[in-house]
Amino acid sequence: MSVLETSVGVALADPSAVTAVEATGTSALAWLVIALPLLGAALLLVGGRVTDTFGPLLATALSWGSFVLGALIVVQLYGRAAEDRSMSVQLWDWVSAGELSVHAGLLVDPLSMAFVLLITFVGSLIHVYSLGYMANDPDKRRFFAYLNLFVAAMLILVLADSYLVLFVGWEGVGLASYLLIGFWNHNPAYASAANKAFVVNRIGDFALIIAMAYMLATFGALDFATVHGSAGSATQTTLTIIGLLLLAGACGKSAQFPLQSWLGDAMAGPTPVSALIHAATMVTAGVYLVARSQAIYDLTPDARLAVAVVGAITLLYGAIVGCAKDDIKKALAASTMSQIGYMMLAVGLGPIGYIYAIFHLITHGFFKAGMFLGAGSVMHAMNDRVDMRRFGALSREVKITWITFGAGWLAIIGFPFTAGWFSKDHIIESAFSAPGWQGWVFGLVALLGAGITAFYMSRLFFMTFHGKARWEDDIHPHESPLTMTIPMMVLAVGSLVLGAVLYPTGLLSGWLEPVFGHAEGHESLLPLIAIQVSVFVLMVLGVGLAWLRYGRDEVPQVAPEASFATRAARQDLFQDEFNEQFLRRPGAALVVGLETADKDVVDNAMVGGTSRGLASLANVVRQAQNGFVRSYALTMLAGIVAILGAVWVIQ
Amino acid sequence: MSGGEALLFWVLGPACVLGALGLLFARKAVHAAMAMALVMVGLGIFYIAQYAEFVGIIQIFVYSGAVMMLFLFVIMTVGVGSTTSSVETIGGQRVWGWILALLFMGVAVFGLGKVTFPEPVGLGAAQSEGTVTALAREIFSRQVFSFEVLGSLLVIAVMGAMVLAHRERLTPKRTQRELAVDRIRSNTFVAGKPAPGVYARHNASDTPALLPDGTPAEISVPRVLVARGQAQPVPYRGVDPAGDQTETETADLPAPTTTDRGEQA
Amino acid sequence: MNLSAYIYLATLLFALGALVVLLRRNTIIVFMGVELMLNACNLALITFARMHGTLDGQVYALFVMVVAAAEVVVGLAIIMSIYRARRSASVDDANLLKL
Repeated sequence: MSVLETSVGVALADPSAVTAVEATGTSALAWLVIALPLLGAALLLVGGRVTDTFGPLLATALSWGSFVLGALIVVQLYGRAAEDRSMSVQLWDWVSAGELSVHAGLLVDPLSMAFVLLITFVGSLIHVYSLGYMANDPDKRRFFAYLNLFVAAMLILVLADSYLVLFVGWEGVGLASYLLIGFWNHNPAYASAANKAFVVNRIGDFALIIAMAYMLATFGALDFATVHGSAGSATQTTLTIIGLLLLAGACGKSAQFPLQSWLGDAMAGPTPVSALIHAATMVTAGVYLVARSQAIYDLTPDARLAVAVVGAITLLYGAIVGCAKDDIKKALAASTMSQIGYMMLAVGLGPIGYIYAIFHLITHGFFKAGMFLGAGSVMHAMNDRVDMRRFGALSREVKITWITFGAGWLAIIGFPFTAGWFSKDHIIESAFSAPGWQGWVFGLVALLGAGITAFYMSRLFFMTFHGKARWEDDIHPHESPLTMTIPMMVLAVGSLVLGAVLYPTGLLSGWLEPVFGHAEGHESLLPLIAIQVSVFVLMVLGVGLAWLRYGRDEVPQVAPEASFATRAARQDLFQDEFNEQFLRRPGAALVVGLETADKDVVDNAMVGGTSRGLASLANVVRQAQNGFVRSYALTMLAGIVAILGAVWVIQ
Repeated sequence: MSGGEALLFWVLGPACVLGALGLLFARKAVHAAMAMALVMVGLGIFYIAQYAEFVGIIQIFVYSGAVMMLFLFVIMTVGVGSTTSSVETIGGQRVWGWILALLFMGVAVFGLGKVTFPEPVGLGAAQSEGTVTALAREIFSRQVFSFEVLGSLLVIAVMGAMVLAHRERLTPKRTQRELAVDRIRSNTFVAGKPAPGVYARHNASDTPALLPDGTPAEISVPRVLVARGQAQPVPYRGVDPAGDQTETETADLPAPTTTDRGEQA
Repeated sequence: MNLSAYIYLATLLFALGALVVLLRRNTIIVFMGVELMLNACNLALITFARMHGTLDGQVYALFVMVVAAAEVVVGLAIIMSIYRARRSASVDDANLLKL
């Protein structure tokens, strides 16, 4: 049995060292949580058409099985003392090279189990939803195989007990995301969106690889226990570099500034995918990574500040972009970006923010997934149209979708006592309690973001469900089947009550305390009540403004020529243009230059010259190969004479 | 080395070297083989003189006897009369061959000159129970594994030789009866081919028979000899009825060639 | 005069054998040159056996003879088949192993 030390929160008010003991009971079956969906993916992909009939149902069942198992493990953990809730499942020796030895193992602790529950529960709901949404797709089986693959990879990511195993899941979700974005790859635009997501993600992945290499060089190990346990012994610079590299990795996966450009295009995938991967789970992997690496970030305020800055920038960025998008899915994608910005900001704030980041992550998983599913339902009703300017007045046609979407809307704008209100307000409050100037900057950004969020989400809501009907003539909206609406209802309930269930009862903070410790924040810059009131006022202002412009007034069916700011926001603040101009073009020029150099210098001069030289030399040498045995015998005799001569000289 | 042995050495040694030189310079392969046999016998005597009686006997019996016999057999098959031209075909081969051989001699002799040979122990103790018994002990005890391996090597060599020398018959061998029937049918050589040179001074199969009119019968010489260019030319001794041609003529047979190939068919 | 005379003789015979291999073109004679070199080695081995008072040299000489016999059998068979195929006993005519 290996007693491994993990997550030493040095800067915590209560630095309780938590040790991971060998898993017993249900927890020892943690591998099965991953294996079930993986088995589903393998069966569906290998089984071929045989599994066409029952494959989707099997995938859904396996996903639910995973959830049930996860829940049982949580029950078991709950039955243990708070400090004993971290357990490790050793699977096998994976990499054993010289001094490096990495065990493939799983870490079952409150943080990973919180993710497991979120992933498997929301994931399973989305499996159910997909049964309806993808009912008529010819490639339904492949879709469910990929969904299962994604769930498995995401579970590997969160259950990993070392950065290397985490990386396996990290790449796995990247792969699944790629496959699912490009699911309808017969459309070239969708296929290139998948490529874009993959390539941008790769930048982050590369940073993560470098971070791992750096850890290996510094700590000689990659498992969380060793790395986090000995983080204190590394120099400040090393820790900062590792922190920044991990942040870059997180930025890629979580679509944070400056690697955010892929998320909007990722909406090319089927809507359940957008809900599951690009809203609820995969994009939060970056937050998980930073939260999991808290032992490193706690020791390096610089890297932590960078995390917070990235989060703050992205939360405003996403909010601004969200205000201008007419594509309902892209607007939601922008909002996702913004909300994850909140989470990044929270983890960047340090110990005071970790719990709220995870809290917001969970509630966001619910309400954003719910809204995405709602958007899918609306698309289902509107013949796959996504332009909100051609929606309107859908509240009467698709009542269940309207109500469930409304629940998500209330949650995300932070309507009091919904899930979003609990989680987001706490992040804003934590931001205000950051020390020095940071408190003001982050606090005001978060506050402003909340107002803008209220505006653009209300805009989306009113444009879609209220105002005048602006449908095209051949569209006859209709409510979705029960397989789709029931998951939406469940998520809607979660959006409304999850916050109240988890936070005021102390359930979540108690659950996560063994991991994050109990942190006493600094004195907040503003009184709590003042923050809450200003958040509420801003929210009301945002909703009101949206109502005036998009609920009461006529919405033009074609986007009007607008101010520069609006046009910029519509184009994602020129992110693609920036990338094109400053990254792709120089890259392409470099490639062309390298190609020329390769052709002229390497191929022609060096390789070609060498080969030509060798060929002419060979032409000379091959004269010796005249085929006459006697010539060869002569050569042998020459060799013998040379050897004898050499012996003579040596002696 | 006793006086007798020294004498033997100085008599047989030059003989061996002469044999080797004969091998090097002989024009005809048969002569070369005879020179080689001389060297081998000489060496065998040396072995016996050096108390290696068994090896010496084997050398003379097996090497000079059996192996050289095999050589001669092949020489007879391939072309006994073939001689080597002294024209070198590979540029520089001759010069470099001599240079390197002399260099080898030089290096080896110089090296040997620097060696201090130990005082000869002699084989008296090692062969106290007789040379054959001592050798047998050595071979069947310490060297038995090598011996077995060599045995299998020999078996494999024999099989290899059989495979290499074997030639598949494509058509059934014609019997004498069939040949006779064919002769009668085609009305050629009904009485058989003329026998080769049977007359007063010659009685050899390489000399053609003379037909009643005095012309040599080319057909009477075995075609292998003709092919090798070893058939003897016979002057035309016939008398031309016209009487104006009394000059002797050589038969229209190929003269023996002096090429080393000697097998133009 | 001591036993080293035999060694010098062996060296000389070896060099002559090498010369035969290098200079003669009749395959059979070349082959006999190889045999001559082997025999020269045998002489040296026999002499060494006598010098050191052990029988190893004699045993090796015997083994060399066996190997030479095997080699002769296969080599002559090869010469025969080459001769059958090419009607030539010259080593220079068997020069297909080249570019």
